[in-house]
Amino acid sequence: MFSGEATLRKNFFEVFGLPRKLAVDSAELQRQFYALAREHHPDFHQAAPPEERARVEETSALVNAAYRTLRDPVARVDYLVRLEEGRETREGDTARPTAPPALLQEMFEIQEALAEAKTGALDDATRATLGEQRAALSARLAEEEARLTGPLSARWDGASPADRPAVLGAFKEALATRAYLRTVIDDLSQALGEETEGRHGSAGATRMNGGTGGHVGASRQ
Amino acid sequence: MSRIIGIDLGTTNSLVAYVDQATGLPRVIPDAEGRPLLPSVVAFTPDGIVVGDAARRQLARRPADTVYSVKRLMGRGFDDVKDEARYLPFRILPGEGLVKLAVGGREVTPPEVSAAILKALKERAERHFGEPLDKAVVTVPAYFNDAQRQATKDAGRIAGLDVVRIVNEPTAASLAYGLHRLSEGVIAVYDLGGGTFDVSILRVKDGVFEVLATNGDTHLGGDDLDRVLALWLLEDIAVRHHAELDRDCVDLARDPEAMQELRLAAEAAKIRLSSEERTTLTIPFAGFTYRREITRGELERLIEPLVARTLGPARRALADAGLTAADIDQVVLVGGSTRVPLVRRRVQELFGKAPHSQLNPDEVVALGAAVQAHILAGGITDMLLLDVTPLSLGIESLGGIVNVLIPRNTTIPTSAREMFTTSVDGQTLVDLHVVQGERELAKDCRSLGRFELRIDPMPAGMPKIEVTFLIDANGILQVQAKEQRRGKAASIEVKPTYGLAEADVARMIEESFTYAEADVETRMLIEARNEADTVLVHAGRALTQGAHLVASDERAAIEAAVASLRAAREGSDRDRIHEATTAVNRATEHLAEVLMDAALKGALGSRRATEILGEP
Repeated sequence: MFSGEATLRKNFFEVFGLPRKLAVDSAELQRQFYALAREHHPDFHQAAPPEERARVEETSALVNAAYRTLRDPVARVDYLVRLEEGRETREGDTARPTAPPALLQEMFEIQEALAEAKTGALDDATRATLGEQRAALSARLAEEEARLTGPLSARWDGASPADRPAVLGAFKEALATRAYLRTVIDDLSQALGEETEGRHGSAGATRMNGGTGGHVGASRQ
Repeated sequence: MSRIIGIDLGTTNSLVAYVDQATGLPRVIPDAEGRPLLPSVVAFTPDGIVVGDAARRQLARRPADTVYSVKRLMGRGFDDVKDEARYLPFRILPGEGLVKLAVGGREVTPPEVSAAILKALKERAERHFGEPLDKAVVTVPAYFNDAQRQATKDAGRIAGLDVVRIVNEPTAASLAYGLHRLSEGVIAVYDLGGGTFDVSILRVKDGVFEVLATNGDTHLGGDDLDRVLALWLLEDIAVRHHAELDRDCVDLARDPEAMQELRLAAEAAKIRLSSEERTTLTIPFAGFTYRREITRGELERLIEPLVARTLGPARRALADAGLTAADIDQVVLVGGSTRVPLVRRRVQELFGKAPHSQLNPDEVVALGAAVQAHILAGGITDMLLLDVTPLSLGIESLGGIVNVLIPRNTTIPTSAREMFTTSVDGQTLVDLHVVQGERELAKDCRSLGRFELRIDPMPAGMPKIEVTFLIDANGILQVQAKEQRRGKAASIEVKPTYGLAEADVARMIEESFTYAEADVETRMLIEARNEADTVLVHAGRALTQGAHLVASDERAAIEAAVASLRAAREGSDRDRIHEATTAVNRATEHLAEVLMDAALKGALGSRRATEILGEP
């Protein structure tokens, strides 16, 4: 089913001929993506035999996934971490992200308010508080993402092999914090009765591909 | 590579197009009378299936056996459509899985009805080229889910067409515009059709058409505009004509023929109000003729909430593309409903710029389908379409939570891989429930199907099953699975929730020959009967309303002509039906004049004789 075709064994960085670094020239990435998409898109291989068409489809899917991941600075970090740890295929659990220790104290208050909001109708004061908390958390999320894709990413690109495990640890911590913040922000939005369609996010700009989205559970008999 | 045609399988109208080798431009293939649009209406008559204009003309005559807007039922279950089924004059059968219709004395599924439309278009193209054709690109709303896409592909197979590609309608439209070099940069396509709404944001650059985001509503279109107007008219009729209605003990809402007349009149008035400020509706019912004037303003007040419903998806598409309205270079309008001035105003307000529609909004999707067909046939090599999957795809995990594998707006083809294991010793079956949608809980999403993986028994947690979900270039899901420890491909059984099994499709292909479209002879006979029915209705009305105005021998002559037409209509001699129809027309000529005079003298109020007798 999965042929030995060279492209299909490449990781996302290799698909674009890039080193495992986090600084990526996005204009150049898009130019290359268009070139690779033209080369591998099923549209241009309609006359090929079925096995080859199936391989083209998989290659095309890989090119698309690689572009989607690498063009987004956060998804790029998340993918790099999984690649370094040899777990490109997602597996995890469906548990909600838990609060990182550093956030535990301030989250306590928010969780209280959320629990209260769930039991009854919101009065204006609670609504205002929840709104403020959400704004504060959103700012914090933006900060965390800026740190992750800015200084932390730069640190990886300059790290010696001996330093890399430490940077990876920092990445994982930052990603966990981010996942947790996003969950709580979603909860707050939901408590405020706002539209939460799109909780999964889109494949667009800020979507983190995979990462904390858990898995499995399909072990029923 | 053999010729591939492009088909726009629409809710209201369908079209077939191809790219002309000489000019390199796409062209719509008209029917023998030069009409480009094929009404998406299928009538199931005792003599066979009738498609298009002939079927549309008998909508009000045989409402229970004439299916329209079947696209809204594609890939759906009874529960999804039971609200709207109240307004449909044909019967939808309750049951599990795919919707079934009871028409013409048998049960049919929406893909079979769509197949009749596809077959008519296929034959139209075959007549044009003088050779058999078996490959087509078929368009679907961008927001169609997997089941709706699969149903469209099945319809193609039943019609004897290999659907080599399913293309999203707004994307197809952008290809047609792109071919004409009418658009570059960031484009928003706003596509409001007969039954569905889509909005897509694309970046067009160097021949690459990259869809950035798409959103929509597969249950919002011109049909809904017609319905709100028809329901409003129904109330107005109840107020103005309660005397006649009470006298005749008529409940129009329960009379499918009357409701169909009302719907068609509402549709026609809506269309007129796109170019006129006010229009007069005249609907002849059995005991009275309803007539009133309606202004564009009144229509707009009625449809405003529906038009407003398109704005949310448009904003979400922009947000998903990571853009704001100011980033949009051009706005393109697609679909007949974008002719409604209110729609144009709201689109312009949303995007802050005037939308354009140089290409005919009814034809542009078919033209784009032809362009995509030409790309696949190798005729165009400098254009590339990169489309997206409109809805997130996931697996139900413990607690009923959806675990998203492929988020919405991911460029297709795309794949996602996950590892699964077992929780019980010796487990041989792993059950995956695949859902599509944006909600957190699986029960709120669309169930696509269940995939059962059979594996060798092993201790719990030992198997490592790698499952690959591949969304192909059609936006349709394929699943592969492999048990890594033993290196064996796990066998997969697919149970689609709202689909046809392979055996069903095979049976339907067989049946499509048994219940073939009526041949030309039969079709003309059916046409003749339809015309006879129309004339009989008008003559009956004229007699009811004007019998006292003419002499008794004249009345007797009309009644005799009517009786002989009734008799002729029951037979299958087409010429005899035509003659008898002409005879009735002749016999009622004088009565028509008398009624006209009476109308002018005010004896019949403001109603004109032609309203009672029908246009000559």
